[in-house]
Amino acid sequence: MTDQFEPTIIGFTCNWCSYRASDLAGTARMKYAPNVRLIRLMCSGRLDPTFVLRALSEGADGVMITGCHPGECHYIEQNYKALRRFLLLRRVLTGLGIEPGRVKLVWASAAEGARFASETTTFVEEIRKLGPLNWGKDDDGPQTADDGKSSIVHGQEMEVPA
Amino acid sequence: MTTNGKPKFAMYWAASCGGCEIAVLNTHEKILDVDANFDVVFWPVAMDAKYKDVEAMEDGSILLTLFNGGIRNDENEHLAKLLRQKSKIMVAFGSCACEGCIPGLANLSPVGDIVHTAYNTITTDNPNEIYPRTSYDVPEGELHIPTLAKVLRPLEQVVDVDYFMPGCPPESHQIAAVIDLVIKVVKGEAELPPKGAVIGAGDSTVCDECPRARNVKLIKEFTRIQDIAPVDPDLCLLEQGIPCNGPATRSGCMARCPGVGAQCIGCYGPAEGVMDYGARLITAFSSVIDATEPEEIDRILDGIPDPTGQVYRFNLAGSLLKANRDAWKVK
Repeated sequence: MTDQFEPTIIGFTCNWCSYRASDLAGTARMKYAPNVRLIRLMCSGRLDPTFVLRALSEGADGVMITGCHPGECHYIEQNYKALRRFLLLRRVLTGLGIEPGRVKLVWASAAEGARFASETTTFVEEIRKLGPLNWGKDDDGPQTADDGKSSIVHGQEMEVPA
Repeated sequence: MTTNGKPKFAMYWAASCGGCEIAVLNTHEKILDVDANFDVVFWPVAMDAKYKDVEAMEDGSILLTLFNGGIRNDENEHLAKLLRQKSKIMVAFGSCACEGCIPGLANLSPVGDIVHTAYNTITTDNPNEIYPRTSYDVPEGELHIPTLAKVLRPLEQVVDVDYFMPGCPPESHQIAAVIDLVIKVVKGEAELPPKGAVIGAGDSTVCDECPRARNVKLIKEFTRIQDIAPVDPDLCLLEQGIPCNGPATRSGCMARCPGVGAQCIGCYGPAEGVMDYGARLITAFSSVIDATEPEEIDRILDGIPDPTGQVYRFNLAGSLLKANRDAWKVK
């Protein structure tokens, strides 16, 4: 065993293309990083941003969303919806202090097992560089008001004049 | 101890603006019903009472406590726990207590920055950079002022809550209806809703009460409401490119803001069944964008300058991520 950080990644795949791409990668015995837990949706358009936030809040270090290539959606144009949600979600996550790179959108057709495998491995490496999301640091207790600025707030020179 | 046989009522504000108190007073003559039917034992904004008076009460002796405000410091937390212990029915009253509201937006900043901003910005006359100390020794003993917590937490994250009453503040007619209900319960004429219920609000969305017409129009840009002149009085604001929080927001206010030409900002919190308010709004806003190329979508999204503040304006502290990495916990 090494001390290398092994990220936990949740992958949302669509039933018609990208899940089949992962299937193909499996049957073709392609090697790729084992860190992704796949959850199959009927379509990437089913991806409620809540799923992503829930995954991050419950311990995932990254989330991979995969769908059919633009123009090839089984439900005509739902992957465009996924794209729009993804782009807005990424902005919101940035505002929350979460690296936008922790969420990735990948298009993969049913024939692209190799692409699925390589994109997964790449993403795992990217998350490994970002490191774990830091969980459980809060003790719920009250914190002094000078948290992080102690030299300014509580220095002796800050004696309150009479 | 009072001997008039009336059930006891308490109201307390923690980290909040005071609007909830005003909303209660805004029930006009209904406030007399409160006095007629309850013995008001603790309500710092309206009457003089000491914390030690509450501490001396028997556990569970207060029938109804309306608790407004989020938990921002150790005094808030102490009072929340104390009133929980002394009360039979604890209501998280108003958006701050339910979901963090505007004070919860401070969870985006470290507490040191908040203190620094409050005491040392260009508009603050503080040349010697004097900051408050949370405890200070004087000849008479140690003085203590409330100490800020790392993050603001909604009431539910600190104590057990029986009911939630959303709104910033809750609408006065809704408050009156809830007061009426509790009085009926006291008289044995009605039953309380199941624990954990949202009271004094609807179970649909603001759009459901909004009189504006909705079509399937797609937009090419988001814009601020003040930059559109004139705003179409009959058409859905979102379809005019104005980010309106109505699609994710709980009904109950009779769509006051969109009804008069201002966008819904989401003060009634997440609608029934919405797990994360911001996520639902991300979906709603995405659905009106008329573009399929990432570059164009990004250009349209530039019209929402602060997407995080927009979709979590009232719900940051109550959201799935609670906005502050330090506050996240593994369940």
